[in-house]
Amino acid sequence: MPDGSQVEYDKTVYHPVRGENGTALDIEKFSLWYSEKQALFENSLVVERGLVTALIGPSGCGKSTLLRSINRMNDLIDGLRIGGQMKIDGRDIYGPGIDVIALRKRMGMVFQKPNPFPMTIFENVIYPLRVDGVTDKTMLEETVERSLRGSALWDEAKDRLHESALGMSGGQQQRLCIARAIAGDPEVLLMDEPCSALDPIATSRIEELIDELAGHYTIVIVTHNMQQAARVSQNTAFMYLGRLIEYGATETMFTTPKAERTQAYITGRFG
Amino acid sequence: MTAVNIDTAASTGKAKSSVYRRAHAADLSAVGEPFQWVLGGALAMGCVLIAGLLLLVFWNGLVTFWPKPIEVVRLTDGAMVAGEPFRTESFRVTADQLAKVPADKRAAIATDDGFADRTLYRTGNYDIYNDDFRWVPDYEVASVERPADMVYVERLEWGPLIGRIKSAIVNGTAVPADRLTPAGLAAAHDAARARWAQIQHIERDLIGDVNHTIEKARLRVRSVELSSGADSPAYRAAQQRFSDENVKLQERFQALTKQAQALRAEDAKDTVTFAEIGGKEKAVNLSAVVRFFQPNELSIFGKIGVYLGRWWEFLSTEPREANTEGGILPAIFGTVAMTLLLVIFVAPFGVITALYLREYAKQGRLVAVVRISVNNLAGVPSIVYGVFGLGFFAYIVGGSIDQVFFPERLPSPTFGTGGLFWAALTLALLTVPVVIVATEEALAAVPRSMREGSLACGASKWQTIRRIVLPRAMPGIMTGIILAMARGAGEVAPLMLVGVVKLAPELPIDGYFPYIHLERSFMHLGFHIYDVGFQSRNSEAGKPMVFVTTLLLILLIVVMNAAAIYIRNRLRRQFAGSQF
Repeated sequence: MPDGSQVEYDKTVYHPVRGENGTALDIEKFSLWYSEKQALFENSLVVERGLVTALIGPSGCGKSTLLRSINRMNDLIDGLRIGGQMKIDGRDIYGPGIDVIALRKRMGMVFQKPNPFPMTIFENVIYPLRVDGVTDKTMLEETVERSLRGSALWDEAKDRLHESALGMSGGQQQRLCIARAIAGDPEVLLMDEPCSALDPIATSRIEELIDELAGHYTIVIVTHNMQQAARVSQNTAFMYLGRLIEYGATETMFTTPKAERTQAYITGRFG
Repeated sequence: MTAVNIDTAASTGKAKSSVYRRAHAADLSAVGEPFQWVLGGALAMGCVLIAGLLLLVFWNGLVTFWPKPIEVVRLTDGAMVAGEPFRTESFRVTADQLAKVPADKRAAIATDDGFADRTLYRTGNYDIYNDDFRWVPDYEVASVERPADMVYVERLEWGPLIGRIKSAIVNGTAVPADRLTPAGLAAAHDAARARWAQIQHIERDLIGDVNHTIEKARLRVRSVELSSGADSPAYRAAQQRFSDENVKLQERFQALTKQAQALRAEDAKDTVTFAEIGGKEKAVNLSAVVRFFQPNELSIFGKIGVYLGRWWEFLSTEPREANTEGGILPAIFGTVAMTLLLVIFVAPFGVITALYLREYAKQGRLVAVVRISVNNLAGVPSIVYGVFGLGFFAYIVGGSIDQVFFPERLPSPTFGTGGLFWAALTLALLTVPVVIVATEEALAAVPRSMREGSLACGASKWQTIRRIVLPRAMPGIMTGIILAMARGAGEVAPLMLVGVVKLAPELPIDGYFPYIHLERSFMHLGFHIYDVGFQSRNSEAGKPMVFVTTLLLILLIVVMNAAAIYIRNRLRRQFAGSQF
């Protein structure tokens, strides 16, 4: 990757759809360094509450890094530094006195590969509640049913709740992970290429699911698949080499992109 | 250059071309097959060595208790030798020996380049001849017989006796001649053995009980003396109580002793007199005969009976005769107890250390140094740990415990000397690197996606470790614990310093409060092998016992490992199919 600072960029083009419920996340000039290497360069965007926001861009453009910065999963990496601000409900995620665990409890995350825990389906779904120390049996059972219905897995899983989650198919496992992510009733759902390890049928199920979940949750989804971004999101952000190039309403982005680089990427000239 | 050109170059084989043509099987390494043989050969060699070792141990161990026939050998000079033929070997006849050999046999030896065969007989009768074994060269043998009336007697003392039953007295009256066989004396023998068990019960259990009570009372008085001084009223009161109690206990002691004496007098009325082959006679109390039979006359079922009886005695009783006879129950018990205790110490210690090293410590130079040191600890000779265990655990820590908690027992040490507890702790120290290394590897092998999944659910680091990482790493941790256990159970050198003794009939668990006595010294199969094989008065007699004990030690370790592996596999099944 060429050194980002030496490349001339388009000025960020900014035209997102505004939701009715205001802003969930406000990212302001957010930069990030892995030790000496800078991965994100002063990215600013607002994520509207209740909408689906897609992050697209070629490999290594920093979209996953940006997503993982939102619930501070990058904290696990040694030598990480950040600059700028990232706010949820007006509070700085990286501000002093922030309880990272409390922060993560407000967000659900779905990963690239399905990562169910080696437990029963039931235990997988209620994991966030177990962590909170909930022991009320009816509460746990209701949560399992609500989350599995929410992730469209209830009909397939209701008869095998106490079997190992590892016996499920890849698509089912990913929906289980979504059920787990929404079990703790989060405000924001972060999805890091949730369909990249799935076949087309499982992918379309997940996409339908994202459609259903939108509205209840604010969803930020990273995807490689531009059709997917077009299908599921209201706003799309295009990133390139750690910079936000264009952020706008999905419809406009895919029909009449304003930035030249976005146009090139979407039409498949690079990336 | 095009593909056509290459083809022409290949077909003519002459044209000078810069195109590289791949040679077929030009190099040995390209074929691969011979290397496969080398690798397979190395594995096969390893298997053969292990199989050979196991075969040796199993065969020698399993045949030891099988009753052998008794041969009566008439020598050319008219002397008689009776014994079990033990083994045969060929030896070089010395000039002195050769001079005494008759001329015809001397010629036979000369044709064999001066070698002749000889047989080792287990003649027994150590109390008569001061020897258990005798070499008989073949050229001295005039005739060999296996008379049916030869009796093999296993005794409580002096080892086996081989001879004929001359006479017997049961309850003071002579037994008629037609019943002078082991079978004919069986009823009387059983009765005598039962009486003997009763005497043992009185002398060891009941009188031991009285002694224990007296000792406890004495310690109470001593404890009062230490706390309130030797001329305090409390001490005088305690002493008064002690002497009152003591009178009663002494009475009971006298009564029990009298009872035992009566039984012993009864016991002395049952004797059997054996005549060994040389004509000397030996009277033995019937109760001192553990087992006697006529091996030359035994049916196959009789032999199986003797074989199983010997095994049972071996597994269920205490050793006698400097460990060369009797059983090894205390050693089995000591080995198992120490190994279990070792696991109890080493598992939490090793796992917690590895958890900190892998999960919490900042991975820097210091941690790298610690890790290398831990790995190197595994290579320190075990005797060094023994010295450390004795010096630090037993003398310093144990000594301090004695000062604080058991001052009334001083100067005799309680924890201030080698014992089960210190031995297990020393071995835990010895084997902890194995557990640490295995646990670290198991923790590192837990996929990052699992941890991230848990953290993203709002779990804290500790919750993630406890609920996701540890269960997932458990099979690997168990492997480490199994390895540690196997190493610890087979270790001997450090134990000799920190608590293993030649003979400790008192098991670490008994009926006296607090029931588990971790401070006691104990017996161990590994040390038993060393002791029986190389420290007993008669290494030839000990040799079979070495194999039997080795067999048992191997079996014990196999059983303990199998149990641990079973647990691990159950854990592993829980995580089956966790890879995508």
